[in-house]
Amino acid sequence: MTRAKEILRTPTMVTFGALLLIIAAFSIMAPGLFNTPGNFLQLAQNVAILTVVSVGTTFVIITAGVDLSIPSGIVLGEVFAVHALEMVGGLDTQPGEVHIGYVFAALGGAILAGLSIGAINGIVVAYMKVPPLLATLGTLGAGLGVALILQNGVNTSTYALDPIGHGSWIAGVPNLIPIALIIVVAGYVLLHMAVFGRHTFAIGSNPEAARRVGINVERHLLKVYLIGGVTAGFAGFLSVAYFSTTSIGGHSTDNLQAVTAVALGGTSLFGGVGSIIGTLIGVWIPAVLKNGFVINGVQPYWQDVAVGLVLIVAVWLDQLRRRSRNRG
Amino acid sequence: MTPALAAYNIVKSFGQVRALRGASFEAYPGEVTALVGDNGAGKSTLIKVLSGALIADEGEVRVGGEAVHLTGPQDAKARGIETVYQDLALAPDLDAAANVFLGRELRRLRFLHDHAEMRRRTATAFADLGVGLVQDMRQPVAAFSGGQKQSVAIARAAMWASNVIVMDEPTAALGVIQTEKVLELVARIRDRGVAVVFISHNLPQVLDVADRIEVLRLGARVARFRRGESDVDRLIAAISGAYTNEEAQK
Repeated sequence: MTRAKEILRTPTMVTFGALLLIIAAFSIMAPGLFNTPGNFLQLAQNVAILTVVSVGTTFVIITAGVDLSIPSGIVLGEVFAVHALEMVGGLDTQPGEVHIGYVFAALGGAILAGLSIGAINGIVVAYMKVPPLLATLGTLGAGLGVALILQNGVNTSTYALDPIGHGSWIAGVPNLIPIALIIVVAGYVLLHMAVFGRHTFAIGSNPEAARRVGINVERHLLKVYLIGGVTAGFAGFLSVAYFSTTSIGGHSTDNLQAVTAVALGGTSLFGGVGSIIGTLIGVWIPAVLKNGFVINGVQPYWQDVAVGLVLIVAVWLDQLRRRSRNRG
Repeated sequence: MTPALAAYNIVKSFGQVRALRGASFEAYPGEVTALVGDNGAGKSTLIKVLSGALIADEGEVRVGGEAVHLTGPQDAKARGIETVYQDLALAPDLDAAANVFLGRELRRLRFLHDHAEMRRRTATAFADLGVGLVQDMRQPVAAFSGGQKQSVAIARAAMWASNVIVMDEPTAALGVIQTEKVLELVARIRDRGVAVVFISHNLPQVLDVADRIEVLRLGARVARFRRGESDVDRLIAAISGAYTNEEAQK
């Protein structure tokens, strides 16, 4: 097999090609509107929060699991963040005021929420052997319920996190972009360069093989679900920072969006195969489609149709690749 | 000579079934010891006791002459005993080097793996063992043929086995040429001074490869032969109970 053919066979490169094609098409259709630095920065900011959770979801899916509880992780992250702010008296911070202590309090709350839901997912999946689809469906409903109880069903607004959600540490670049980038780089190092990631792939590929070489499979799975939970909680923190309010009804499809992004990026739902770079591309495809349709005056709902089709094709290609491989 | 790995009077029951009734076994360094017997003779149970996967109810396991209590497969590995199972236990999506070093990764900065070095050492070890891989070292092992996968699994065990390597029917699923290659690999590992234990149902192959043959029947050793002392007929007689050269076991 030649090198070029081999590259074409990797699903990540196929999706990357698709993304480039889409960008090229929109750039031709709406020159000077779509292909501007400003539009791309706007896009990057729009996808930042989804990028963060998708990094965590990539780990989970590589173990042949799935995390449907992302919305509850995000919403609980938001709720814990504002409750932490309330406890330290930072909820009524005025726009323009900067209290770094409040920011850390909210961050701590959000991370705690993520750790909690991740720990429950991990224990139920790894040790109680409940299939991940149902385990995380359970924590999805339960977590959202807890969030509604804690909030009495209403949202809380705060400007305490404005420095995170609305500043620009780098001139002209909204803060959410470098934050998401840090998570992507951390995820890349952990998944592709660290022993932890190697074991994650091994467990998704053949858990029995991992167990035989002495890897503690259950403990590792718990850690993977903790990563999924923490990225969701952190996304909740970013969401409060960006929208200046909790949004307890607003994240209900984030789990499906994250799974879509991860699958588009070539990560196999059967485990053992995947990449952070692929996920990054997978996050961008739906966002670019939506943005391009709006700019070109096409009904944005076509984005849902297009993403659905692209997703099916991407997963179908993955299936073909697996089948031909297993025959070989 | 002291056996590299030995077991004496091993008893192991599963409920009412007595899989091993006073079984003994010895494997010497630099020799291939074949373990033969009919289905249900207790070969697999004995192998599992030797590799730490099962703990015997009674009897003694000795490693290099020293009585040991193997607490699990990791304990056996720590004593230089590696096992190649029939299902190979490879992670199909990882490449050969990642499989070879799985669970024992070479590290940089404590938490990163040093894949380049692992790949280099794997390539060297494979070359030393005469395992020629047609495929690129970057390919996942899923892309390999059955014989190549078997070779990867055996080479992995050989890289880590300082004392004993135990193989459960390594050629059962292979074609003629692939079988030939795997047997060459087994002989090469033996020549490095490791004790090779080998379960097989293929008697001509056993006679060809093994320096010693130990016959298990109804959970106990009933015969043992040095190279050249036996032939297919006598092995079949021993396996079926018509011949024994072992003192009566309790």
